[in-house]
Amino acid sequence: MTLAANGIYWSVGGAAILSDVSLDVRPGEFLGIIGPNGSGKTSLMALLAGIRKPQRGEVMLDDKPLLAHGRQAIARRIAFVEQQAETTERITARQAVELGRTPHLGALTPWSKADDAVVDRALEEVDMTHFAGRLWHTLSGGERQRLHIGRALAQQSPILLLDEPTNHLDIGHQIGLLQLVREQELTVVAALHDLNHAAMFCDRIAVMQGGHIVALGTPAKVLEPQRLADVFGITVDVERDSAGGCFIRYRRPDPRPAKLKLVAEAR
Amino acid sequence: MTADRPLLLRTGAALAALVLLLVALGVGAAVGETAIPLDVVAKTVANRLWQAGYALEPIDEGIIWNYRLSRAVVAACCGSALALSGVILQSLLRNALADPYILGISAGASTGAVAVAILGIGAGMLTLPIGAFIGALVAFGLVSVLAVRAGRGTSAIILAGVAGSQLFNALTSFIVTKAANAEQARGIMFWLLGNLSGVRWPDVWLALPVAILGLLVCLLHARALDAFTFGTESAASLGIPVRRVYVVLIAISALMTAVMVSIVGSIGFVGLVIPHAARMVVGVRHGLLLPASALIGAIFMIAADVLSRVIIPGQVLPIGVITALFGAPAFALILSQRRSAL
Repeated sequence: MTLAANGIYWSVGGAAILSDVSLDVRPGEFLGIIGPNGSGKTSLMALLAGIRKPQRGEVMLDDKPLLAHGRQAIARRIAFVEQQAETTERITARQAVELGRTPHLGALTPWSKADDAVVDRALEEVDMTHFAGRLWHTLSGGERQRLHIGRALAQQSPILLLDEPTNHLDIGHQIGLLQLVREQELTVVAALHDLNHAAMFCDRIAVMQGGHIVALGTPAKVLEPQRLADVFGITVDVERDSAGGCFIRYRRPDPRPAKLKLVAEAR
Repeated sequence: MTADRPLLLRTGAALAALVLLLVALGVGAAVGETAIPLDVVAKTVANRLWQAGYALEPIDEGIIWNYRLSRAVVAACCGSALALSGVILQSLLRNALADPYILGISAGASTGAVAVAILGIGAGMLTLPIGAFIGALVAFGLVSVLAVRAGRGTSAIILAGVAGSQLFNALTSFIVTKAANAEQARGIMFWLLGNLSGVRWPDVWLALPVAILGLLVCLLHARALDAFTFGTESAASLGIPVRRVYVVLIAISALMTAVMVSIVGSIGFVGLVIPHAARMVVGVRHGLLLPASALIGAIFMIAADVLSRVIIPGQVLPIGVITALFGAPAFALILSQRRSAL
C-alpha cells in the first residue's frame, strides 16, 4: 500500500498553492509535514486524501492514479481527519465514530454486529467509551478531536492522514493523541505545528515553504538551526541525544529596533 | 443505528406507519362540511377498488371518492415530498434554514403559472400546472447557475436562491399588476397561497408516483446524507461521491417541489418545519429521519387541509395560510430550542 505525489500543482484563483511537489510515503512510517502558515500543508493533505484533484501531476495509490480507484475504494484505504470539522446536528459521540464505517456499508452489506465491534474498539482506543452517549455539542474541543480520530480508526484504512490533529488540545492530550496514532500499525501522514512533536513522533519529516517541499528526511537530518531560521524565521538550538533523537530549544528574538515599536513612537 | 435493529421491529414500525397514514387519509375523507362516518369511507374505497357492492348514498360516495379522497391523497403526497425536500436541502447544505422555497422553486412556479394564466403563453396548449412546472425548472436552473458561478459553497446556493426568489416574485407581481383584471388577480392570489380545492384523481396520478420515487431515491441515499454530518470534505473522505449525490438529491428535491407546487400552489413552512419536528422524534440518522419526515409531513398536510375546510363554515381557506399559522410559531420554537441547546 503506497501513496505518492508526483510533481503535483494546485492553485486557487491563479495563485499557486503547491507547485511541483513530489513525495513518497513509505508503508508503515509516520511522516510529519511541517511548515509555516500558508506553506501548503493543508492543500497537500487534501490532495493526498483525494478530496481535491491536482491541476498538474498526479497522486498515486499503489501505482495507479488515486482518483481512478473510486471514492469508496479510496476511503477503504485512506482515512482523513481534516482540521476542525464541526456539526450542529445533535449526534452522539458514538454516532460520530459510526460514520467511519460508511465506506464498508452498502445496499447489500448493511450494518452488522462486526461494525458495532469495530466502533466499540475505536471508542476504546481514543478513550471515549464512557462518553459514547454524550451529544456532540456538549463535548470539549479535545474530546471532539479524539472522536474524529476514532472515526478514522473505525474506517480501518491502512493509511491515516491527519491535518494538524493536535490543534486546540492541551499538551497532555497533544502528546497522548500522537502516541495513540503512533501505536497503530498504520501509515501516517500528519501536518504538525510543533517541531518537537514532529521530532518525537515522526520517522521522517517533510518541510514545506511557499508551496514546495524544501527538505525531506529523518528529524535529526531535517531539523537544523539554519533551515528552521530560513523557513520559520526563528532562532533555535537543536540538542541531539545519543539515540539519534533531537530537541529544539527556541531562543527569544533580539529586541527590535526602537523605530518599529509603536508604543515607543506614541510616547 | 437504524440498520442494526431487528428486522421484526423495523417491519413493525413500517406497518404502524402505514396504518397511521391510512387512518389519516380516512379521517381526511370523513371530515368536512358534511361529516361522513369512517365506515362509509372504508366501504366507498372497497366499492371503488374491489367492486365490493356495498349499498351507499350515491352523494356520500361521490363526495368521498371524487373530492375528498383524491384531495387527501394529494395532500399526503405534497406533505411528504416537501418534508423530504427539506431534509435533503438541510442536510446537504448543512443549513437549518434551508427548504425547497429557498432555492426559488416556488417563486419560479408562481411566475410560470401566472405567465400561462394571464399572459396566455402557450396559446392554450399549456395548463396552469404545466406552466408552473416549467417555471419551477427554469428558476432552479437559474439558481444553480448562479450558485456555481458564486463558488458552489454552502452559502452560495442559499444566496442564489434568495436572489432567484426575489427575481421571480418581482416578475410575478409585474405580470399580475400589468395584465390581470381584479378577478384574475384575486384568483392568482388564492393559488399563490396554496389551494387543494381543484384537486382530482388525475392529480393523484402525478403526485403519488413522484412522492414514492422521491422517498425511494432518498432512502437509497440515507447513508450518504449521514456522511454529510461534518461537511462535504468529510463526506468525500468517507467514500461518498459528493458531486453525484448532490446532483441526484438536489434534482429529486427540485422535481418533488415543482410537481407539488404545480398541483397545489406554494405551501410554505412544511419543508422547513417538518424535518426539525421529525429530528426531535427520531433523531438525526437519515435511515429513520427520512421516512419519519415523510410520514409526519403527510399527516400534517392532511390535517391542515381538514382544518382549512372546517375552520370557517362554508368557506375554504388557502392551505398555505394554515401551514404558515402553525408552521411559523413552531419554527420559532424550534429555533429558540436549538439555540439554547448549542
